[in-house]
Amino acid sequence: MKLDHPTLPVLKAAFPDVKFLAAEFRGQTTVIVPRERLKDVCRLLRDDPQCSYEFLADVTAVDYLNYPAPQPGRFGVVYCLASHAKDRRLTLKVWMNPSVDTAGTEPDPELVVDTVSDVWPTAEWLEREVFDMFGIRFRGHPDLRRILMWKDFPGHPLRKDYPLRGRGEREMHRVMPRESA
Amino acid sequence: MGIEAALPVDSVLTTQLQRVVNWARRSSVWPMPFATACCGIELMATACSRFDLARFGAEVMRFSPRQCDLMIVAGRVSVKTLPVLQRIYLQMAEPKWVISMGACASTGGVFDTYAVVQGVDQYIPVDVYIPGCPPRPEMLIEGIMAIQRVIDNDNIPRDPTGKRLPLQIALEPNYRPRAQPARLSVGAS
Repeated sequence: MKLDHPTLPVLKAAFPDVKFLAAEFRGQTTVIVPRERLKDVCRLLRDDPQCSYEFLADVTAVDYLNYPAPQPGRFGVVYCLASHAKDRRLTLKVWMNPSVDTAGTEPDPELVVDTVSDVWPTAEWLEREVFDMFGIRFRGHPDLRRILMWKDFPGHPLRKDYPLRGRGEREMHRVMPRESA
Repeated sequence: MGIEAALPVDSVLTTQLQRVVNWARRSSVWPMPFATACCGIELMATACSRFDLARFGAEVMRFSPRQCDLMIVAGRVSVKTLPVLQRIYLQMAEPKWVISMGACASTGGVFDTYAVVQGVDQYIPVDVYIPGCPPRPEMLIEGIMAIQRVIDNDNIPRDPTGKRLPLQIALEPNYRPRAQPARLSVGAS
């Protein structure tokens, strides 16, 4: 594994107080960012002329429940950045652990990360999707509503402890008999 | 009816008013495509020149439910789409019929997940089910012809109080799928 991504020294020099972890897999570099410094890192990566990651390709999350190898946390929020000017890609990852039962939809004070929708506006819908599917909330998001599931959906379906066939949501809709139509 | 040429000019044809009405209805079915997935592509192919749904008088696809009397649910319906489907069904003018086209609309198909309705007949009344994934255009034509037979026979089934009942019609596929030529293994072999 060779960590020769040209952005890594820039990050190191800009944040001497932060301990970054980095990993490389098949030419793709991932940087693990402390949760409280995510927005500073993102601003630097977008604005620094040596980085200029002006394009946020995706925001998604991974649930590592029952993952075979031990991981630093249960949820990882993943930011896929791309720089058209430099023709580079970089992945950021933020780890977090739930503090309340993950079966429900109540807000978890631990599953919160700063929004980057004021850095890249495209993050607004992507973060809504992560919130909808995983229940991870984004502090400072202008409009954090569900985007795929309907408003009252009682769960976050991409969590690994959510059953594939649901908990009966698909059977609970109003039936329209022939005589009512 | 195509029999005008065989009749003398000044003759009279006696029939029942209901039969004339049924003949008019079945000869101009106006389908409304509720196409949400790949079955909708077959639905489009059915209306195009190769299969030519116009031969059966049902080629006038309208995208307003107010102008239609046959809804073709083609594709999977998610629970979030279901209120829309029910609302569109309510907006159609009577008399109206519903075809559930394909495995997904009829049973949920392979999408046995939290978000997909496992058969639209759980939530709206369905007259004819068409199997297939997706069904061939011939199957859809056969389904529309089944609807036409229902209309033609004046057989909107009713219970003793006069309310409409489901028809319990299911079409059988007219072909037999062959066995897989080789044994398939999934995962470790």
